[in-house]
Amino acid sequence: MKGGASRLQLQHDVEQFLYGQADLLDSRKWQDWIDLFTPDGVYWMPADPAHQHWDGMPAIFAEDRNLMTVRMKRVMHPDAWSQRPLWGTNHIVSNVAIDKVAKNGDVTARSRFHMMELRRDDVRHFAGQYTHQLKKTKDGYRIKLQRVDMTNAQAAYDYVLQVWV
Amino acid sequence: MLQERIADLAKFVEPDRVRKEVYTDPQIFEQEMARIHEKVWIYCGHESQVPKPGDYYTVQIGRQPMILVRGKDRKVHVLYNRCPHRGNMICGDRSGNTGEFFRCSYHAWTFQHDGKLKNIPMMESGYQGTRFGRDNPDCNMKKAARVEGYRGFVFASLVADGPTLKEFLGESRIAFDDMCDRAPGGEVEIVPNCFRVIQHSNWKIFLENQLDALHPSVVHQSTGRAAHEVEKDIAKKTGKAPLSYHMLSAFATVTIDKWDNFQTLNYPHGHCILTGYMGLRPKDPDTLAYEKVMHKAYGKKRTEEILGVNIHHVLIYPGLSVQSPLQQLRAVRPLGVDKTLTEIWHFRLKGAPEPIYRRSLAYYNLVNSPATLINADDLENFWKCHQGLSSDGGDWVSFARFHGRDIEKPGGMVETGPNMGTSEAPMRNQMKAWAQFMGGNR
Repeated sequence: MKGGASRLQLQHDVEQFLYGQADLLDSRKWQDWIDLFTPDGVYWMPADPAHQHWDGMPAIFAEDRNLMTVRMKRVMHPDAWSQRPLWGTNHIVSNVAIDKVAKNGDVTARSRFHMMELRRDDVRHFAGQYTHQLKKTKDGYRIKLQRVDMTNAQAAYDYVLQVWV
Repeated sequence: MLQERIADLAKFVEPDRVRKEVYTDPQIFEQEMARIHEKVWIYCGHESQVPKPGDYYTVQIGRQPMILVRGKDRKVHVLYNRCPHRGNMICGDRSGNTGEFFRCSYHAWTFQHDGKLKNIPMMESGYQGTRFGRDNPDCNMKKAARVEGYRGFVFASLVADGPTLKEFLGESRIAFDDMCDRAPGGEVEIVPNCFRVIQHSNWKIFLENQLDALHPSVVHQSTGRAAHEVEKDIAKKTGKAPLSYHMLSAFATVTIDKWDNFQTLNYPHGHCILTGYMGLRPKDPDTLAYEKVMHKAYGKKRTEEILGVNIHHVLIYPGLSVQSPLQQLRAVRPLGVDKTLTEIWHFRLKGAPEPIYRRSLAYYNLVNSPATLINADDLENFWKCHQGLSSDGGDWVSFARFHGRDIEKPGGMVETGPNMGTSEAPMRNQMKAWAQFMGGNR
């Protein structure tokens, strides 16, 4: 039964981490969100679900912490015109499946997300799959890679994405 | 009312200003599609998009759904995406391979890659004595009236008469020459990904923005400043930030007063060129390695000529914006008077080292992806422009800056005067061409 209990604990810990990740985005705690990543961590939204590597390919997002910082500073700049109108997001994260647990505790997990976005008077919906490579540290999990496969990655974007999904 | 207004379209354009209806009136939009987009040469795609027989992409020319397809004869054909039988669309996907022939999903009529009818089920029994049959060209998928390519870039025109592609492009051909010449092999190859972004504004607002030197330091201040801060931070830690940070920070570090140092060149048919400002010829090891390969391919003198070409944007009116030194282009597809699709492609320089591809890829991802750090603020302004122009708060759009101080050259080229890079000459030039096209002159 011990294995079962620790498996439940692991499931719980990973879920809590993923919920926390989404919550930081929705509450616009950008720096706290960036700090979830390892120093070499990457946020990747592939242009094509068939793509296997974030590097050297066309990508909707392919950002290390430096580029994340550019995006954060841009969004927070008083003259980010497109950020002036009322804007907010609401994530739901679910269907969390743990695919791999390494000996050192690192985890690969898949989950589904649904994000509703309000901008000015317009509501948009984005949904898809997260794949997280999580590194176990003494401060809890840190993200080595957050892969975001949008179901509509290949469709035309009505307006653009300004922050991470 | 319609006839009256359309008959008087010339009155909508003055040398330094344009009536707002040119951007907002749905009837004028229909006329634009008929008189401009469905007549002049429109970019359809690149040869390398359709390498194998049967490979196709669908593409919109004005209001017409078209298919770009590689034939068994190795030629690229451009066809109307329509079955001659009941009008069913033949290709429902954006791209794919149609195999040996096209097959209509409704009644299984089949067509060769050049549109010629191949077969109708039970053809022999049912069509004797009718107007339909293999010898009637009305039974073929209709072809674009003209298809021509320049250095692998394929254009179509939906009317039989008019200037050749080369004549139409004129000096704007440099967009493709500059892009291809930068490849040691003299050719580029498409990166098989298209970013597509919809703007809720008239197509001309986007085109006018492409060579608008007054806007970058205002609109892109937030990203420019953010990138500049991180760029400095990285430089402090590691000595030098990657070039991509400079590409972004230049939007802020090139302040509004510096933009007069650059120049726009304005050509017949509405084409325009903005000279380079980013300084894309650093002396880092990647660039030096690339220059070595170029020397081998072209010799030192020719390499210097090629890499010395200093262009930021080439606007090919009415629907293509090319950034040749970064090997990317945006095709502008008007969807309605207030709705415009941009299709954004990146190309690889054949024979150039990988880091050169990655450098321009960074720009493609950061500036041109649907999570763009730059165009988010452009699109916000385009939408606001369209909203404002739809109001009765004024009747005109002004292009007055440095009006009357342009320098006209033989052959119809108009150059901005010295230290007048922020001249609104490119907008005046585009509207001059617009008025000519709308008056029936190609």
